[in-house]
Amino acid sequence: MLKVVNLSKSYRSTQETVHVLRGVGLAVARGESVALTGESGSGKSTLLHLIAGLDEADGGDVWVENARVTGLPDAGRAALRRTRLGLIFQQFNLVPSLSVADNLAFQAHLAGQYDPAWLTELIARLGLDALLKRYPEQLSGGQQQRVAIGRALAVKPALLLADEPTGNLDEATADEVVHLIRDLVARSGCGLLMVTHSARLAAMLDRRLHLSGGLLA
Amino acid sequence: MRRAAWVLAVLLSHWRRHPMQLATLLVGLIAATALWSGVQALNQQARISYDRAAALFGGARTAMLIDPAHAMFSQAAFVELRRVGWPVSPVLEDRVQVNGRPVRLLGIEPVTMPAETASSSAIGRNDLHAFVAPPGRTLVAPETLRDLGLAAGATPRVNDGAELPPLQSQPQLAPGALIVDIGVAQRVLGEPGQISRLLVGKTTRSARDLPKQAAGTTLQWVAPDSETDLARLTDSFHLNLTAFGLLSFLVGLFIVNSAIGLAFERRLPTLRTLRACGVSARLLNVVVVIELVTLALFGGLVGLIGGYFIAAALLPDVAASLRGLYGAQLPGALSLQPQWWLAGIAMSVLGALAAAAASLVRMARLPLLAAAQPYAWQQAQRRWLWRQGVLALAMLIAAIGILMLGDSLLAGFAVLAALLLAAALALPVLLDGVLRLGGKGARSALPAWFWADSRQQLPGLSLALMALLLALAVNVGVGTMVQSFSATFVRWLDGRLAADIYVSAANETQAAEIRRWLAARVDVAAVLPGARTEVQIKGAPVEIMGLADHATYRESWPLLRSVANGWDRLHAGDAAFISEQLSRRLHLDVGDRLRIAAPGGDWPLVVAGIYADYGNPKGQLAVNIDALLRHFPDTPQTRFGLRVAPEHIVGMIAAMRAAFHLDARQLADQATVKAESKRIFNRTFAVTAALNTFTLGVAGIALLTSLLTLSGSRLPQLAPLWAIGITRERLAVIELLKTMAVALVTALLALPLGLLVAWCLIAVVNVKAFGWRLPFQVFPMQLLELLAVAMVAALLATLLPILKLARMQPATLIKIFVNER
Repeated sequence: MLKVVNLSKSYRSTQETVHVLRGVGLAVARGESVALTGESGSGKSTLLHLIAGLDEADGGDVWVENARVTGLPDAGRAALRRTRLGLIFQQFNLVPSLSVADNLAFQAHLAGQYDPAWLTELIARLGLDALLKRYPEQLSGGQQQRVAIGRALAVKPALLLADEPTGNLDEATADEVVHLIRDLVARSGCGLLMVTHSARLAAMLDRRLHLSGGLLA
Repeated sequence: MRRAAWVLAVLLSHWRRHPMQLATLLVGLIAATALWSGVQALNQQARISYDRAAALFGGARTAMLIDPAHAMFSQAAFVELRRVGWPVSPVLEDRVQVNGRPVRLLGIEPVTMPAETASSSAIGRNDLHAFVAPPGRTLVAPETLRDLGLAAGATPRVNDGAELPPLQSQPQLAPGALIVDIGVAQRVLGEPGQISRLLVGKTTRSARDLPKQAAGTTLQWVAPDSETDLARLTDSFHLNLTAFGLLSFLVGLFIVNSAIGLAFERRLPTLRTLRACGVSARLLNVVVVIELVTLALFGGLVGLIGGYFIAAALLPDVAASLRGLYGAQLPGALSLQPQWWLAGIAMSVLGALAAAAASLVRMARLPLLAAAQPYAWQQAQRRWLWRQGVLALAMLIAAIGILMLGDSLLAGFAVLAALLLAAALALPVLLDGVLRLGGKGARSALPAWFWADSRQQLPGLSLALMALLLALAVNVGVGTMVQSFSATFVRWLDGRLAADIYVSAANETQAAEIRRWLAARVDVAAVLPGARTEVQIKGAPVEIMGLADHATYRESWPLLRSVANGWDRLHAGDAAFISEQLSRRLHLDVGDRLRIAAPGGDWPLVVAGIYADYGNPKGQLAVNIDALLRHFPDTPQTRFGLRVAPEHIVGMIAAMRAAFHLDARQLADQATVKAESKRIFNRTFAVTAALNTFTLGVAGIALLTSLLTLSGSRLPQLAPLWAIGITRERLAVIELLKTMAVALVTALLALPLGLLVAWCLIAVVNVKAFGWRLPFQVFPMQLLELLAVAMVAALLATLLPILKLARMQPATLIKIFVNER
């Protein structure tokens, strides 16, 4: 479902060229949850961004459900993100001017994949029933991240990409959020690739990959 | 389509949550459109009136045949030309007095009147029989009917002689004229069989095909002109109005630019989230433009309604100005064309897009993965600072270049525009320098923070401060020009209105009676006869004024320069004083020669002096009255000034009024005429004063809205200070001081800039627009007043955000530390 082949990426500054990824390859199957760990600056987020089509690779290929992400133009990558991917970030990235209910539904509406029954179930599972009319600024960090998870899963994505989704949360809330993600991924049948610093959280997922020196260990 | 609607809904939700930002944007759009469209409505109204007048009189817009000496000629020429197939129509025109008021009497022949003269349908076709058959009809514009103090159906007398047919109000007609059948006109004017001109209807023939003579009269072909005389004369006035409208529009756009820039900064995270959720860059850009155009359409529409009310409020003053300056008549009610609405909406949309251009470009290039930078917009502005400095220098060089090379009114305005733009662009650079210097002098922590934070705040405020600078400089410039003009005008009036009483008889018979009556009065020290006639010099009308050789004129006539024995040369009859505007137009100086076409042959004259003749759109020559009457024997002698001791003025006026039934327009003392002139002067500049106030008001709003929109993003800077023990009240005072300090520096910079603007207006624009130059004067009290007004405006604009800060709940400040922003 997700296949990454020999992916490379480097950044050039005035003084030097930093090779962040040096031919990374990995695969995630439908229903599988994979943790991606590594030190700060090891390229975890870059790898996730390349898979999501938010950035362009220097070389290699990314395939999501038979679509070659690395060969798509901007509009094609946007369409893929809209319909087949769910993204969760450390910074919750909610639209501050939309209520919780609107934030939850708007990507599904954009994708033309709005399913009220599925969204109702998500709201119940995420415990957001009482918060639907609130705005992001009126929520705690954990609550905001639940809304971000709901928004990402509302489109029934093929692949959920989570970039340190618990980075801003306390330990208990972080555990709770990862449990929720794992359960919902299992319920929806999509794949999950989650970047995390925490070995404890990584251990909660099916498989763990470690990125170091631009290569997967 | 549905996707675009969802993206639009997300973008619009921002405004719902931030109504103040939306209000700021709309206020800018509404103010810009309202002031621009208001001025354009006035211009359009005036131009429609000029066209009506031109069409009615068979003037510039219609081809004509006239006598080369502008004399009347026999209507047999009309008959002869019609017989050989020329589509001509006769007109007889003269100025007459009705009910003591001067009006134009036009006699027309409705059957042959060319269809393209706009007023022809209103004049004859509807009720031809009633117009032609006895007693006939006198058609008149409703405004003129009111001015004459008459009702429809009245049959007033012309020059207290023959009776006119019953008056009938016709709204389509231009004001200031009475239209009758040509037979009636010939009877009441005592000119049987005579006509003034022949209008030429649409024909494939040209002037070359015209017979050399018709009924023994040599006729001169006057080709139609695309622009009317009035339109030409009033061009400078309307250009002035347009320049003011444009300035207000630009100041409004400063608000729009500021509001859009800050809104984009606030929405950057949302835009990135939208892109991450699968909205393509192209769709996002298109939807942002649609959102902007929608807001501009709404703001533009409300602005147009505001513009209508502004125009309606200013119309009486503009009408008074145009009447006083150019004798142009404007109707009292506003009528607007569809193109005005369309142009206003287009200006609003294009203005909004122009104001948002930089933000739109930045958004189009938005890097999807760049970390959220809450103050990216201000930082980008800071990078622009040095480029602005270079641009300001380039604009200054351009201003100097145009000043040295340009020689037109447009070039004058271009100098002003380049100068103002240079100053506006240089302002942030100068303020940054001042704040940097202040920072270097700071000895302790808080003052050091004060200066550093002021610099950090500057990019967000600079557009509003630029608007304030422009508005203040224009206020100083226009204010200084008007004050200089006012002081000069009062001195000039003292010279031009030297007689104690002014008399204008209804006709020559009455004038002779009055002269005889005056000769018997011992309380009249002198009778100063006056006479005026009009000639054409190089295609433009020039007034010739006859002056008596008397000490009154010798001592007070406002000569700017003259030959040593100027008055003696004038008395000899071979010299003339010429008005300043005529000397500039004809490039004549003292000692030069000119020739006047007189009925008895050319009249050679030497220019013995040049005098100020403010407010007169026509060129003017002053000659000795006896010499004038020798060369123009038909000149009516119905006007004269009287020298009377001050204690006899009231008694003399009462006696003359009783003896000759003269009304206030025909008989007035010097004080009354001066008061009336000053009233007209003040009304002339009432529009300028109103637009000045509007512009300053809009600049004040720009400052207020900038401070309000900035106040939210200021919290991350202020919260740490609050946390380390500086009270909210003290923080509020520091914020107040900072804004007032930059406003003061801006206002102080505006003063010399304003004086430079005044110099440009006086030495460049006025000279090109009106043909006269005023002495440049500086009025320190006026400058101090304006400085105070600017500081009060800045204080008022600062007060609301400061009060908000002083009363801010601690919880709001704490949020800065606990929440990701």
